[in-house]
Amino acid sequence: MTVQLLERRATQPAAAVKMAIADCDIHPSPKSMEKEVYPYLEKRWQRHLETYGVRPRQGFANGPAFPKGQPDASRRDAYPPNGGRPGSDLDFMRQQHLDPYNVQLGILNPLRGGQGVQNGDFSAALCRAINDWQIAEWTSKEPRLKGSVVVPYEDAAASAAEIDARAGDTNFAQVLVLSRTAEPLGQRRYWPIYEAAARAKLPVAVHAFGYGGFPVTGGGWPSYYIEEMVGHAQCNQSVLTSMVMEGIFERLPTLKVILVEGGFAWLPALAWRLDKVWTRLRDETPHVKRPPSSYIRQQVWVTSQPTEEPEPRRHLLDTIEWMGWDRLLFATDYPHWDFDDPTQVLPPRVGEQQRRQFFMENARAVYGITG
Amino acid sequence: MSRHVIAATRDLPPGGRRVVTIKGRAIAIFNIAGEYFGLLNRCPHQGGNLGEGRLIGLVESGEPGDYRYSRPGEILRCPWHGWEFDLRSGRSRCDPARIQAKCFAVRVAPGEALGEGDYVLETFPVTVEENYVVVEV
Ligand code: FES
Repeated sequence: MTVQLLERRATQPAAAVKMAIADCDIHPSPKSMEKEVYPYLEKRWQRHLETYGVRPRQGFANGPAFPKGQPDASRRDAYPPNGGRPGSDLDFMRQQHLDPYNVQLGILNPLRGGQGVQNGDFSAALCRAINDWQIAEWTSKEPRLKGSVVVPYEDAAASAAEIDARAGDTNFAQVLVLSRTAEPLGQRRYWPIYEAAARAKLPVAVHAFGYGGFPVTGGGWPSYYIEEMVGHAQCNQSVLTSMVMEGIFERLPTLKVILVEGGFAWLPALAWRLDKVWTRLRDETPHVKRPPSSYIRQQVWVTSQPTEEPEPRRHLLDTIEWMGWDRLLFATDYPHWDFDDPTQVLPPRVGEQQRRQFFMENARAVYGITG
Repeated sequence: MSRHVIAATRDLPPGGRRVVTIKGRAIAIFNIAGEYFGLLNRCPHQGGNLGEGRLIGLVESGEPGDYRYSRPGEILRCPWHGWEFDLRSGRSRCDPARIQAKCFAVRVAPGEALGEGDYVLETFPVTVEENYVVVEV
Protein backbone atom coordinates (compact mmCIF):
# COMPACT_ATOMS: atom_id res chain seq x y z
CA MET A 1 0.00 0.00 0.00
CA THR A 2 1.19 3.47 -0.69
CA VAL A 3 1.26 6.21 1.87
CA GLN A 4 2.76 8.80 -0.38
CA LEU A 5 0.51 11.76 0.23
CA LEU A 6 -0.54 14.62 -1.91
CA GLU A 7 1.01 17.93 -1.20
CA ARG A 8 -1.88 20.13 -0.37
CA ARG A 9 -2.55 22.63 -3.04
CA ALA A 10 -5.19 25.25 -3.18
CA THR A 11 -6.09 24.49 -6.78
CA GLN A 12 -8.28 21.64 -7.95
CA PRO A 13 -6.29 18.82 -9.59
CA ALA A 14 -7.69 19.49 -12.98
CA ALA A 15 -6.38 23.01 -13.08
CA ALA A 16 -2.88 21.72 -12.46
CA VAL A 17 -2.61 19.77 -15.73
CA LYS A 18 -1.42 21.83 -18.62
CA MET A 19 0.30 19.23 -20.73
CA ALA A 20 -1.78 17.62 -23.45
CA ILE A 21 -2.15 13.95 -22.60
CA ALA A 22 -3.15 10.72 -24.27
CA ASP A 23 -5.39 8.43 -22.22
CA CYS A 24 -5.02 4.94 -23.64
CA ASP A 25 -7.85 3.28 -21.72
CA ILE A 26 -11.29 4.88 -21.54
CA HIS A 27 -14.42 2.73 -21.20
CA PRO A 28 -17.55 3.91 -22.98
CA SER A 29 -20.92 2.21 -22.46
CA PRO A 30 -24.12 2.46 -24.47
CA LYS A 31 -26.84 4.58 -22.84
CA SER A 32 -29.26 1.97 -24.03
CA MET A 33 -28.74 -1.09 -26.22
CA GLU A 34 -32.09 -0.54 -27.92
CA LYS A 35 -31.50 3.08 -28.83
CA GLU A 36 -27.82 3.11 -29.56
CA VAL A 37 -26.74 -0.39 -30.61
CA TYR A 38 -29.86 -1.98 -32.14
CA PRO A 39 -29.63 0.21 -35.24
CA TYR A 40 -26.48 -1.75 -36.13
CA LEU A 41 -27.66 -5.19 -35.03
CA GLU A 42 -29.77 -7.37 -37.30
CA LYS A 43 -33.35 -8.05 -36.10
CA ARG A 44 -32.50 -11.68 -35.69
CA TRP A 45 -29.77 -10.89 -33.15
CA GLN A 46 -31.91 -8.32 -31.35
CA ARG A 47 -34.43 -11.09 -30.80
CA HIS A 48 -31.68 -13.48 -29.79
CA LEU A 49 -30.36 -11.05 -27.19
CA GLU A 50 -33.82 -10.55 -25.73
CA THR A 51 -34.63 -14.25 -25.68
CA TYR A 52 -31.36 -15.88 -24.70
CA GLY A 53 -29.14 -13.07 -23.35
CA VAL A 54 -25.38 -13.00 -23.64
CA ARG A 55 -23.67 -16.21 -22.58
CA PRO A 56 -20.00 -15.71 -21.82
CA ARG A 57 -17.50 -18.54 -21.82
CA GLN A 58 -17.52 -18.96 -18.05
CA GLY A 59 -19.75 -20.39 -15.35
CA PHE A 60 -20.93 -17.01 -14.10
CA ALA A 61 -23.80 -16.25 -16.42
CA ASN A 62 -24.73 -12.85 -15.02
CA GLY A 63 -21.43 -11.09 -14.71
CA PRO A 64 -17.89 -11.24 -13.44
CA ALA A 65 -16.59 -13.92 -11.12
CA PHE A 66 -16.01 -11.49 -8.24
CA PRO A 67 -17.97 -8.47 -7.05
CA LYS A 68 -16.06 -5.31 -7.93
CA GLY A 69 -14.57 -2.69 -5.59
CA GLN A 70 -17.35 -0.21 -6.40
CA PRO A 71 -20.74 -0.75 -8.12
CA ASP A 72 -20.36 -1.22 -11.88
CA ALA A 73 -16.58 -1.13 -11.14
CA SER A 74 -16.91 2.63 -11.38
CA ARG A 75 -15.94 5.79 -9.62
CA ARG A 76 -18.90 6.90 -7.53
CA ASP A 77 -18.63 10.38 -8.99
CA ALA A 78 -18.77 9.16 -12.61
CA TYR A 79 -22.53 8.60 -12.90
CA PRO A 80 -23.84 11.09 -15.47
CA PRO A 81 -26.23 13.61 -13.89
CA ASN A 82 -28.80 12.85 -16.59
CA GLY A 83 -28.81 9.15 -15.76
CA GLY A 84 -27.29 6.13 -17.38
CA ARG A 85 -24.18 4.13 -16.63
CA PRO A 86 -20.78 5.67 -16.01
CA GLY A 87 -19.09 6.28 -19.35
CA SER A 88 -22.37 6.52 -21.28
CA ASP A 89 -22.64 10.29 -21.70
CA LEU A 90 -20.18 12.04 -23.99
CA ASP A 91 -20.90 15.54 -22.69
CA PHE A 92 -20.35 14.48 -19.12
CA MET A 93 -17.16 12.65 -20.11
CA ARG A 94 -15.91 15.85 -21.72
CA GLN A 95 -16.78 17.89 -18.69
CA GLN A 96 -15.49 15.52 -16.02
CA HIS A 97 -12.55 13.99 -17.80
CA LEU A 98 -11.42 15.11 -21.27
CA ASP A 99 -11.45 18.88 -20.73
CA PRO A 100 -10.08 19.26 -17.19
CA TYR A 101 -7.26 16.79 -17.74
CA ASN A 102 -6.53 18.10 -21.22
CA VAL A 103 -6.93 14.67 -22.83
CA GLN A 104 -6.13 15.29 -26.48
CA LEU A 105 -6.14 11.64 -27.51
CA GLY A 106 -8.45 9.14 -25.81
CA ILE A 107 -8.58 5.48 -26.78
CA LEU A 108 -11.99 3.86 -26.28
CA ASN A 109 -12.03 0.28 -25.06
CA PRO A 110 -15.63 -0.95 -24.96
CA LEU A 111 -15.80 -3.94 -22.65
CA ARG A 112 -18.79 -6.28 -22.86
CA GLY A 113 -18.88 -5.50 -26.55
CA GLY A 114 -19.74 -8.99 -27.67
CA GLN A 115 -16.29 -10.42 -27.03
CA GLY A 116 -16.00 -13.87 -25.48
CA VAL A 117 -19.65 -14.65 -26.21
CA GLN A 118 -20.18 -18.39 -26.67
CA ASN A 119 -22.45 -18.15 -29.71
CA GLY A 120 -19.86 -17.33 -32.35
CA ASP A 121 -22.18 -15.72 -34.90
CA PHE A 122 -23.84 -13.64 -32.22
CA SER A 123 -20.42 -12.58 -30.90
CA ALA A 124 -19.40 -11.44 -34.39
CA ALA A 125 -22.68 -9.55 -34.92
CA LEU A 126 -22.43 -7.79 -31.56
CA CYS A 127 -18.80 -6.82 -32.12
CA ARG A 128 -19.67 -5.37 -35.53
CA ALA A 129 -22.55 -3.40 -34.00
CA ILE A 130 -20.37 -2.07 -31.19
CA ASN A 131 -17.82 -0.90 -33.75
CA ASP A 132 -20.51 0.98 -35.69
CA TRP A 133 -21.83 2.39 -32.40
CA GLN A 134 -18.38 3.75 -31.47
CA ILE A 135 -18.31 5.75 -34.69
CA ALA A 136 -21.91 6.95 -34.43
CA GLU A 137 -21.97 7.95 -30.76
CA TRP A 138 -18.34 8.77 -29.97
CA THR A 139 -15.61 9.23 -32.55
CA SER A 140 -17.73 11.10 -35.12
CA LYS A 141 -18.83 13.52 -32.40
CA GLU A 142 -15.53 13.96 -30.58
CA PRO A 143 -12.31 14.04 -32.62
CA ARG A 144 -10.15 13.57 -29.54
CA LEU A 145 -11.52 10.04 -29.17
CA LYS A 146 -10.49 7.01 -31.21
CA GLY A 147 -12.23 3.66 -31.17
CA SER A 148 -11.03 0.07 -30.93
CA VAL A 149 -12.03 -2.55 -33.45
CA VAL A 150 -13.58 -5.12 -31.12
CA VAL A 151 -13.42 -8.61 -32.58
CA PRO A 152 -15.03 -11.98 -31.75
CA TYR A 153 -11.57 -13.30 -30.94
CA GLU A 154 -12.49 -16.97 -30.43
CA ASP A 155 -13.26 -17.03 -34.14
CA ALA A 156 -10.10 -15.72 -35.76
CA ALA A 157 -11.43 -15.82 -39.32
CA ALA A 158 -14.46 -13.69 -38.38
CA SER A 159 -12.15 -11.38 -36.43
CA ALA A 160 -9.83 -10.95 -39.38
CA ALA A 161 -12.81 -10.16 -41.62
CA GLU A 162 -13.93 -7.45 -39.19
CA ILE A 163 -10.41 -5.98 -39.05
CA ASP A 164 -10.13 -6.02 -42.85
CA ALA A 165 -13.48 -4.24 -43.09
CA ARG A 166 -12.27 -1.46 -40.77
CA ALA A 167 -8.76 -1.14 -42.19
CA GLY A 168 -7.92 2.43 -43.09
CA ASP A 169 -10.82 3.86 -41.10
CA THR A 170 -9.31 6.59 -38.92
CA ASN A 171 -12.15 6.27 -36.41
CA PHE A 172 -10.17 3.33 -35.05
CA ALA A 173 -6.72 3.32 -33.46
CA GLN A 174 -6.32 -0.34 -32.54
CA VAL A 175 -7.79 -3.83 -32.45
CA LEU A 176 -9.07 -4.94 -29.04
CA VAL A 177 -8.98 -8.41 -27.54
CA LEU A 178 -9.27 -9.48 -23.90
CA SER A 179 -6.56 -11.34 -22.02
CA ARG A 180 -8.57 -14.32 -20.79
CA THR A 181 -9.29 -16.46 -23.78
CA ALA A 182 -9.99 -20.11 -24.49
CA GLU A 183 -6.28 -20.75 -25.14
CA PRO A 184 -3.18 -18.62 -24.57
CA LEU A 185 -3.29 -15.77 -27.07
CA GLY A 186 -0.05 -16.66 -28.82
CA GLN A 187 -1.49 -19.91 -30.16
CA ARG A 188 -2.03 -20.60 -33.80
CA ARG A 189 -5.81 -20.35 -33.76
CA TYR A 190 -5.47 -16.61 -33.08
CA TRP A 191 -2.81 -15.84 -35.69
CA PRO A 192 -5.21 -14.55 -38.36
CA ILE A 193 -6.12 -11.73 -35.94
CA TYR A 194 -2.50 -10.59 -35.73
CA GLU A 195 -1.95 -10.96 -39.46
CA ALA A 196 -5.00 -8.84 -40.20
CA ALA A 197 -3.97 -6.22 -37.65
CA ALA A 198 -0.50 -6.02 -39.13
CA ARG A 199 -2.03 -5.65 -42.62
CA ALA A 200 -4.30 -2.88 -41.36
CA LYS A 201 -1.36 -1.28 -39.53
CA LEU A 202 -3.32 -1.34 -36.28
CA PRO A 203 -1.76 -2.28 -32.95
CA VAL A 204 -3.46 -5.10 -31.03
CA ALA A 205 -4.44 -4.12 -27.49
CA VAL A 206 -4.88 -6.94 -25.01
CA HIS A 207 -7.08 -5.65 -22.20
CA ALA A 208 -7.14 -7.50 -18.89
CA PHE A 209 -10.33 -9.48 -18.12
CA GLY A 210 -12.37 -11.72 -20.34
CA TYR A 211 -14.16 -15.00 -20.21
CA GLY A 212 -11.78 -17.84 -20.86
CA GLY A 213 -13.52 -20.02 -18.32
CA PHE A 214 -10.21 -20.60 -16.49
CA PRO A 215 -9.10 -19.05 -13.21
CA VAL A 216 -7.13 -15.83 -13.55
CA THR A 217 -4.22 -17.29 -11.61
CA GLY A 218 -1.92 -20.14 -12.50
CA GLY A 219 -2.83 -21.76 -9.19
CA GLY A 220 -6.60 -22.14 -9.27
CA TRP A 221 -9.67 -20.13 -8.37
CA PRO A 222 -8.91 -17.43 -5.81
CA SER A 223 -11.23 -16.52 -2.94
CA TYR A 224 -11.17 -12.74 -3.18
CA TYR A 225 -11.52 -9.87 -5.62
CA ILE A 226 -8.12 -8.55 -4.55
CA GLU A 227 -6.58 -11.77 -5.80
CA GLU A 228 -8.24 -11.32 -9.14
CA MET A 229 -7.03 -7.71 -9.30
CA VAL A 230 -3.40 -8.71 -8.87
CA GLY A 231 -3.98 -11.87 -10.92
CA HIS A 232 -4.22 -9.78 -14.08
CA ALA A 233 -0.47 -9.26 -13.87
CA GLN A 234 0.05 -13.04 -13.92
CA CYS A 235 -2.41 -13.45 -16.73
CA ASN A 236 -0.69 -10.79 -18.82
CA GLN A 237 2.66 -12.47 -18.26
CA SER A 238 1.24 -15.72 -19.62
CA VAL A 239 -0.25 -13.91 -22.61
CA LEU A 240 3.01 -12.17 -23.42
CA THR A 241 5.10 -15.30 -22.93
CA SER A 242 2.78 -17.19 -25.24
CA MET A 243 2.97 -14.50 -27.92
CA VAL A 244 6.76 -14.35 -27.83
CA MET A 245 7.39 -18.09 -27.65
CA GLU A 246 4.86 -19.02 -30.33
CA GLY A 247 6.88 -16.74 -32.58
CA ILE A 248 4.24 -14.13 -33.43
CA PHE A 249 6.68 -11.26 -33.23
CA GLU A 250 9.27 -13.12 -35.28
CA ARG A 251 6.67 -13.89 -37.97
CA LEU A 252 5.12 -10.43 -37.96
CA PRO A 253 7.88 -7.91 -37.35
CA THR A 254 5.55 -4.94 -37.85
CA LEU A 255 2.95 -6.14 -35.35
CA LYS A 256 2.56 -3.94 -32.27
CA VAL A 257 1.00 -5.28 -29.09
CA ILE A 258 -0.22 -3.18 -26.16
CA LEU A 259 -0.97 -4.81 -22.82
CA VAL A 260 -3.68 -2.85 -21.07
CA GLU A 261 -4.53 -2.73 -17.37
CA GLY A 262 -2.35 -5.51 -16.08
CA GLY A 263 0.23 -3.34 -14.32
CA PHE A 264 3.79 -3.17 -15.60
CA ALA A 265 6.34 -3.61 -12.80
CA TRP A 266 6.48 -7.32 -13.62
CA LEU A 267 7.67 -6.72 -17.17
CA PRO A 268 11.42 -6.28 -16.56
CA ALA A 269 11.58 -9.42 -14.39
CA LEU A 270 9.66 -11.47 -16.97
CA ALA A 271 11.99 -10.34 -19.73
CA TRP A 272 15.07 -11.20 -17.66
CA ARG A 273 13.72 -14.63 -16.85
CA LEU A 274 12.70 -15.36 -20.43
CA ASP A 275 16.14 -14.39 -21.72
CA LYS A 276 17.89 -16.50 -19.15
CA VAL A 277 15.90 -19.61 -19.89
CA TRP A 278 15.91 -19.00 -23.65
CA THR A 279 19.72 -19.07 -23.75
CA ARG A 280 19.59 -22.62 -22.38
CA LEU A 281 16.44 -23.94 -24.05
CA ARG A 282 16.45 -22.20 -27.39
CA ASP A 283 16.57 -25.45 -29.41
CA GLU A 284 13.08 -26.21 -28.22
CA THR A 285 11.73 -23.16 -30.05
CA PRO A 286 14.05 -22.52 -32.98
CA HIS A 287 11.44 -20.23 -34.55
CA VAL A 288 12.24 -17.69 -31.83
CA LYS A 289 15.47 -16.40 -33.25
CA ARG A 290 16.36 -13.55 -30.93
CA PRO A 291 16.33 -13.17 -27.14
CA PRO A 292 12.70 -12.76 -26.02
CA SER A 293 13.44 -9.35 -24.48
CA SER A 294 14.48 -7.96 -27.86
CA TYR A 295 11.01 -8.61 -29.32
CA ILE A 296 9.39 -7.11 -26.24
CA ARG A 297 11.67 -4.10 -26.43
CA GLN A 298 10.61 -3.41 -30.04
CA GLN A 299 7.04 -4.61 -30.42
CA VAL A 300 5.34 -4.47 -27.02
CA TRP A 301 3.96 -1.55 -25.01
CA VAL A 302 2.13 -1.49 -21.69
CA THR A 303 -0.37 0.98 -20.29
CA SER A 304 0.38 2.47 -16.92
CA GLN A 305 -2.85 2.01 -15.00
CA PRO A 306 -3.21 0.67 -12.34
CA THR A 307 0.25 1.98 -11.64
CA GLU A 308 2.13 0.21 -8.89
CA GLU A 309 2.63 2.58 -5.97
CA PRO A 310 5.80 1.43 -4.17
CA GLU A 311 7.24 3.24 -1.26
CA PRO A 312 9.66 4.88 -1.68
CA ARG A 313 8.30 5.98 -5.02
CA ARG A 314 11.71 6.12 -6.67
CA HIS A 315 11.42 2.34 -7.04
CA LEU A 316 8.72 3.02 -9.60
CA LEU A 317 11.20 5.07 -11.60
CA ASP A 318 13.83 2.33 -11.37
CA THR A 319 11.29 -0.10 -12.80
CA ILE A 320 10.44 2.22 -15.67
CA GLU A 321 14.14 2.69 -16.43
CA TRP A 322 14.52 -1.08 -16.68
CA MET A 323 11.71 -1.40 -19.19
CA GLY A 324 12.39 1.86 -21.03
CA TRP A 325 10.42 5.13 -20.88
CA ASP A 326 9.37 4.57 -24.47
CA ARG A 327 7.34 1.42 -23.58
CA LEU A 328 4.79 2.95 -21.28
CA LEU A 329 1.48 4.56 -22.31
CA PHE A 330 -0.48 6.59 -19.80
CA ALA A 331 -4.03 5.40 -19.09
CA THR A 332 -6.68 6.36 -16.54
CA ASP A 333 -9.26 3.57 -16.94
CA TYR A 334 -11.99 6.24 -16.70
CA PRO A 335 -14.71 5.82 -15.43
CA HIS A 336 -13.63 2.77 -13.46
CA TRP A 337 -12.92 2.93 -9.75
CA ASP A 338 -9.22 2.15 -9.98
CA PHE A 339 -8.72 5.28 -12.08
CA ASP A 340 -5.25 6.90 -12.02
CA ASP A 341 -5.12 10.69 -11.84
CA PRO A 342 -2.57 12.08 -14.32
CA THR A 343 -1.52 14.83 -11.93
CA GLN A 344 -0.57 12.28 -9.29
CA VAL A 345 0.59 9.24 -11.17
CA LEU A 346 4.28 10.10 -11.55
CA PRO A 347 6.54 11.27 -8.73
CA PRO A 348 7.32 14.99 -9.00
CA ARG A 349 10.95 14.63 -9.96
CA VAL A 350 10.36 13.03 -13.35
CA GLY A 351 11.85 15.25 -16.06
CA GLU A 352 10.02 17.09 -18.78
CA GLN A 353 11.15 14.85 -21.63
CA GLN A 354 10.09 11.67 -19.84
CA ARG A 355 6.73 13.19 -18.96
CA ARG A 356 6.16 14.07 -22.58
CA GLN A 357 6.97 10.52 -23.68
CA PHE A 358 4.81 8.97 -21.00
CA PHE A 359 1.80 11.25 -21.43
CA MET A 360 1.75 11.69 -25.20
CA GLU A 361 4.67 10.88 -27.48
CA ASN A 362 4.71 7.13 -26.93
CA ALA A 363 1.00 6.94 -27.69
CA ARG A 364 1.37 8.99 -30.86
CA ALA A 365 4.22 6.73 -31.95
CA VAL A 366 2.42 3.47 -31.32
CA TYR A 367 -0.87 4.57 -32.86
CA GLY A 368 0.80 6.45 -35.68
CA ILE A 369 -1.27 9.52 -34.87
CA THR A 370 0.52 12.80 -35.42
CA GLY A 371 -0.18 15.96 -33.43
CA MET B 1 -9.12 32.33 9.61
CA SER B 2 -12.42 33.74 8.51
CA ARG B 3 -16.00 32.58 8.93
CA HIS B 4 -18.07 31.97 5.84
CA VAL B 5 -21.81 31.61 5.71
CA ILE B 6 -22.59 28.97 3.13
CA ALA B 7 -26.28 28.08 3.48
CA ALA B 8 -29.39 28.44 5.54
CA THR B 9 -29.75 25.35 7.71
CA ARG B 10 -33.06 24.47 6.07
CA ASP B 11 -31.24 24.24 2.72
CA LEU B 12 -28.80 21.71 4.13
CA PRO B 13 -31.03 19.30 6.09
CA PRO B 14 -29.91 16.02 7.68
CA GLY B 15 -28.53 13.74 4.97
CA GLY B 16 -27.67 16.77 2.83
CA ARG B 17 -24.28 17.64 1.47
CA ARG B 18 -22.78 20.40 -0.61
CA VAL B 19 -19.41 21.34 -2.06
CA VAL B 20 -18.51 25.02 -1.68
CA THR B 21 -15.45 26.92 -2.82
CA ILE B 22 -13.98 29.26 -0.26
CA LYS B 23 -10.68 31.07 -0.74
CA GLY B 24 -10.01 28.89 -3.76
CA ARG B 25 -10.52 25.68 -1.82
CA ALA B 26 -13.30 23.24 -2.53
CA ILE B 27 -14.79 22.07 0.74
CA ALA B 28 -17.35 19.31 1.15
CA ILE B 29 -19.96 20.01 3.84
CA PHE B 30 -22.13 17.22 5.25
CA ASN B 31 -25.13 17.27 7.56
CA ILE B 32 -25.18 13.97 9.42
CA ALA B 33 -28.30 13.70 11.60
CA GLY B 34 -28.22 17.40 12.37
CA GLU B 35 -24.47 17.70 12.91
CA TYR B 36 -22.33 19.47 10.33
CA PHE B 37 -18.92 18.38 9.10
CA GLY B 38 -16.48 19.88 6.59
CA LEU B 39 -13.62 18.22 4.70
CA LEU B 40 -11.35 19.46 1.95
CA ASN B 41 -12.92 18.03 -1.21
CA ARG B 42 -9.70 16.34 -2.14
CA CYS B 43 -8.65 12.90 -1.04
CA PRO B 44 -5.07 12.70 0.29
CA HIS B 45 -4.46 9.64 -1.89
CA GLN B 46 -4.88 10.85 -5.48
CA GLY B 47 -7.27 13.75 -5.11
CA GLY B 48 -10.71 12.13 -5.50
CA ASN B 49 -13.72 14.37 -4.77
CA LEU B 50 -14.59 13.40 -1.23
CA GLY B 51 -17.89 15.27 -1.52
CA GLU B 52 -19.16 12.52 -3.80
CA GLY B 53 -18.12 9.67 -1.55
CA ARG B 54 -20.55 7.30 0.10
CA LEU B 55 -21.21 7.59 3.83
CA ILE B 56 -20.93 4.34 5.70
CA GLY B 57 -20.65 3.27 9.32
CA LEU B 58 -17.78 1.96 11.34
CA VAL B 59 -17.30 -1.79 11.29
CA GLU B 60 -14.94 -3.16 13.90
CA SER B 61 -14.02 -6.71 14.65
CA GLY B 62 -12.07 -8.21 17.52
CA GLU B 63 -11.93 -11.69 16.07
CA PRO B 64 -13.39 -13.70 13.21
CA GLY B 65 -17.14 -14.11 13.52
CA ASP B 66 -17.53 -11.11 15.83
CA TYR B 67 -18.19 -7.62 14.56
CA ARG B 68 -19.72 -4.38 15.68
CA TYR B 69 -21.36 -1.78 13.48
CA SER B 70 -21.55 1.72 14.91
CA ARG B 71 -21.59 5.41 13.99
CA PRO B 72 -23.76 5.03 10.88
CA GLY B 73 -23.06 7.74 8.31
CA GLU B 74 -19.94 9.09 9.97
CA ILE B 75 -17.35 7.37 7.82
CA LEU B 76 -16.78 8.66 4.32
CA ARG B 77 -15.57 6.39 1.54
CA CYS B 78 -13.64 8.09 -1.28
CA PRO B 79 -15.52 7.69 -4.60
CA TRP B 80 -12.34 6.61 -6.38
CA HIS B 81 -10.28 3.93 -4.63
CA GLY B 82 -12.43 3.63 -1.53
CA TRP B 83 -10.13 4.88 1.22
CA GLU B 84 -12.21 5.61 4.31
CA PHE B 85 -12.11 8.70 6.52
CA ASP B 86 -13.64 9.53 9.88
CA LEU B 87 -15.71 12.69 9.43
CA ARG B 88 -15.05 13.77 13.03
CA SER B 89 -11.28 13.76 12.77
CA GLY B 90 -10.46 13.46 9.09
CA ARG B 91 -8.29 10.48 9.98
CA SER B 92 -8.16 7.59 7.55
CA ARG B 93 -9.14 4.12 8.66
CA CYS B 94 -6.14 2.53 6.95
CA ASP B 95 -3.40 4.61 8.58
CA PRO B 96 -4.97 7.16 10.93
CA ALA B 97 -1.73 8.64 12.21
CA ARG B 98 -0.27 9.47 8.81
CA ILE B 99 -3.12 9.78 6.37
CA GLN B 100 -5.72 12.39 7.07
CA ALA B 101 -8.21 14.43 5.11
CA LYS B 102 -8.20 18.07 6.07
CA CYS B 103 -11.14 19.04 8.29
CA PHE B 104 -12.88 22.40 8.60
CA ALA B 105 -14.97 23.50 11.55
CA VAL B 106 -18.63 23.91 10.64
CA ARG B 107 -21.25 25.28 13.00
CA VAL B 108 -24.69 26.85 13.04
CA ALA B 109 -25.16 30.55 13.75
CA PRO B 110 -28.44 32.44 14.11
CA GLY B 111 -29.15 35.10 11.52
CA GLU B 112 -29.09 37.90 14.06
CA ALA B 113 -25.49 37.09 15.03
CA LEU B 114 -24.33 37.40 11.45
CA GLY B 115 -24.65 41.16 11.48
CA GLU B 116 -21.93 41.40 14.05
CA GLY B 117 -19.01 41.92 11.78
CA ASP B 118 -16.61 39.13 11.04
CA TYR B 119 -18.66 36.84 8.81
CA VAL B 120 -18.22 36.63 5.08
CA LEU B 121 -21.51 36.40 3.22
CA GLU B 122 -20.76 35.18 -0.23
CA THR B 123 -23.91 34.89 -2.23
CA PHE B 124 -27.20 35.33 -0.47
CA PRO B 125 -29.14 37.60 1.84
CA VAL B 126 -29.57 36.68 5.48
CA THR B 127 -32.62 37.18 7.62
CA VAL B 128 -32.58 37.32 11.39
CA GLU B 129 -35.24 34.66 11.81
CA GLU B 130 -33.17 31.87 10.27
CA ASN B 131 -30.13 29.81 11.24
CA TYR B 132 -27.11 29.51 9.01
CA VAL B 133 -24.28 27.06 8.37
CA VAL B 134 -20.91 28.69 8.91
CA VAL B 135 -17.52 27.27 7.91
CA GLU B 136 -14.22 28.45 9.31
CA VAL B 137 -11.47 28.60 6.71
S1 FES C 1 -8.17 9.24 -4.48
FE1 FES C 1 -9.29 8.76 -2.71
S2 FES C 1 -8.84 6.70 -2.40
FE2 FES C 1 -7.62 7.22 -4.11
